[in-house]
Amino acid sequence: MTSAEREKCSSESVSLNRRNFLRAATGIGLGGSLFSFAPVPALALPGAKKVVVVTFGGGARDEETFMPDGQENIPHLLNELIPRATFFSQVINRGILGHYVATASLATGAYETFNNFAAVAPDNPTVFEYFRKDLKRPETDAWVVAPSNGFARIGQSGNRLYGPGLGAEVILPKRLLAAALNSSGTRDYDHLLRDSYESPVYLQALASDTEELHRLGEILKLSVEDFTRLARSLMSADELSVFVAHQLMRRFAPSLLWITLHDMDIAHSGTFSLYLEGIQRSDQLCSDIWKMIQSEPEYAGKTTMFILPDFGRDSDTESGGNGFQHHRTGDVRSRTTWMMALGPGIRENVIVERPVESVDLVPTLGSLLGFQAKLSSGKPLTEIL
Amino acid sequence: MPISPSGLKAEDFAKYPPGARQLATSYLPLLKDLPLAFLPLLLREIIQYDWKFPAERRDLDRQLSYLASLSAGERRATLASFAELKLSPSLEQLDWVGTPVRFSEQLTAYLWASHQIDSFRSAAVAYVQKLDSVTPTDPLPMPRLAIVLIGQGVAENKYRLFRKLRRQGVYYKQVDPRNGLESVLEVVARRAHAHPAPFAHWYIDGGSAEILRSGEISRVSYQSLAPVRAALLNHIQKIAQSNTPGPEALVAALAQMQPAELGMSGDSVLNRFQLDLLTQGSGTQVFSTTFVQWAAREALRRAQPVTMFARFAPRQRERPLNELLAGAFPNEMDPHGALVDADMGGYYTWLNQQRLSGAEKSSFLIWFEDHAEALAVGPALKGGVESGERVSLAQILDSIA
Repeated sequence: MTSAEREKCSSESVSLNRRNFLRAATGIGLGGSLFSFAPVPALALPGAKKVVVVTFGGGARDEETFMPDGQENIPHLLNELIPRATFFSQVINRGILGHYVATASLATGAYETFNNFAAVAPDNPTVFEYFRKDLKRPETDAWVVAPSNGFARIGQSGNRLYGPGLGAEVILPKRLLAAALNSSGTRDYDHLLRDSYESPVYLQALASDTEELHRLGEILKLSVEDFTRLARSLMSADELSVFVAHQLMRRFAPSLLWITLHDMDIAHSGTFSLYLEGIQRSDQLCSDIWKMIQSEPEYAGKTTMFILPDFGRDSDTESGGNGFQHHRTGDVRSRTTWMMALGPGIRENVIVERPVESVDLVPTLGSLLGFQAKLSSGKPLTEIL
Repeated sequence: MPISPSGLKAEDFAKYPPGARQLATSYLPLLKDLPLAFLPLLLREIIQYDWKFPAERRDLDRQLSYLASLSAGERRATLASFAELKLSPSLEQLDWVGTPVRFSEQLTAYLWASHQIDSFRSAAVAYVQKLDSVTPTDPLPMPRLAIVLIGQGVAENKYRLFRKLRRQGVYYKQVDPRNGLESVLEVVARRAHAHPAPFAHWYIDGGSAEILRSGEISRVSYQSLAPVRAALLNHIQKIAQSNTPGPEALVAALAQMQPAELGMSGDSVLNRFQLDLLTQGSGTQVFSTTFVQWAAREALRRAQPVTMFARFAPRQRERPLNELLAGAFPNEMDPHGALVDADMGGYYTWLNQQRLSGAEKSSFLIWFEDHAEALAVGPALKGGVESGERVSLAQILDSIA
């Protein structure tokens, strides 16, 4: 068996385990599965006009999510969201498994190859640029809420045909918090504001920009005082991100909103319990976001939500890694993840088993919203179109 | 600096430590014949020869001996997958002889970016398998035994322990906890006394390692390294302020550090090992549970001991956002979080023990310290068995050790 065949078998095995568990946990049966899917026209529901994408910038493994021992960590995904969703059980990421470069690849629909730790713009046009240029949308119609400084340039590529003036505004809540704390002359918050869990040590400090804080405070209609007061009531940076996303939804009702959650990436510190807590928090926040969508008049009934981890994490049995802690081996478990889509026109309680790629997201969004992802290497996911 | 391996000369290794220099120069004809995508990875091991454990030196000697024993054609065939990897000109111009660690970090980044990491991974796996199949392993003086203690300081627990290990061995749910720790210490000391050898018996503690003092046992503890950890974090802060570009560069910078720079004295091999734990492991500087798990993993992988005793302790509590912003920084511990961490750490310790020679005869015990739950794995024990029998830890140890 060649390595490609071995990889295919292993990926299918991952998918099979996930499907079996989903059947047991959620009652999705064979009748609901699309083993050999032919494209069908959208159902007679109104076409989706808005899209919210939620990515986990910190892979979650099957063992801690969809397998029996992981069930306790994702009650909201299992009981509330998957029954309403089309679930892709085998989403393969063939790119670099670093969170910024992988999330950038999700956003461009092409495998980016830049240094994960470099503050650079993606080479290929982002979904935000395709969306805004093709549909002539204003800058307030596409936003990114991302976890850390490293994601500052994810909203706009370096591609000459797109790029400047066509991207999405990126809000980094931790940077806002850093600016807010600095403006109030507070103490050393390096630990709180650490930017990345991927480094072997907590190295990167967040830059803070008071001007940016006030500008975004104006955008969000939120004073520095209110912002810091709110932060004091929250448990994590991801909760802050979801709050900011909600403010954006109320203020601008963007048609394309991209939220990257990051709490679970504390797995890099090697603390299994904190990794589980991060998954549990993400599970809760996904439910919260869905409820926000349903409760906001601008979104209810016309929004498609996508949820996907950027990739997985290393297998326990991969000798080159250290199990859940990292995603460095490039093994099948770290490359294979899942995606769910839910909203009007999306089939409910359906599992799609065929392998798809994480770069398929952008052309799928293009088909949903009406733009062409010309430089994406992915293909539209016909099962949800 | 040579541009290609074939241009290597003995003086290129002048800055290597004495043992490493001697090893490299004695195998110079071999090194000149190795592909560039492979050679620096081997040099990365050779340059650390003076601080390697006996088992590591043995393995490295065997690897070099094996490669040297091949004809040029056989060697080319064995390493063909590495030779086929395409490297960038900037990589080729790095000082891969003097700083092979830095080269390795940049090679890794490049292989990911150029979509060659899967090919590299396949080549590495095939090479290691071949090496294992052709190089003999020494018989062990005694079957390996690993003992893991978890849950120190936890009064009540609802987390289902040993969930990943239960199908491997016997789950005891009526263990008499009295004298449990003493029984463990006695077994460890007895084994070390029976077969004394450098780095053959280890004791790793997430707190202080004061409970077991023996010259025959290699001891590492989170507590004893507190001054070193503080000095290291201070050093890292300085690196951060000097605008070192990115984690790869940081890792390379830390790899240059010497134990004496952090105030370490004593056994140079053990000191280097402890420094590596803190500079190469994520989270080992901050969380005692991560420290113990990674230390046990690295000790098993590198020193290949016959006895491993790892005792987890409570770790510091990770403070949520609201508490951090409130400015309260009490030195609180999180025993229950540490229990969950350690439960997984125990599983990983078993997995890593299984990767060593003699795995089929090795035994493993994990105990929820001062409580009634334990699990044992051994050649004489069936997997997936649950025992309600009231037993002491000494009795369980007798059945496996």
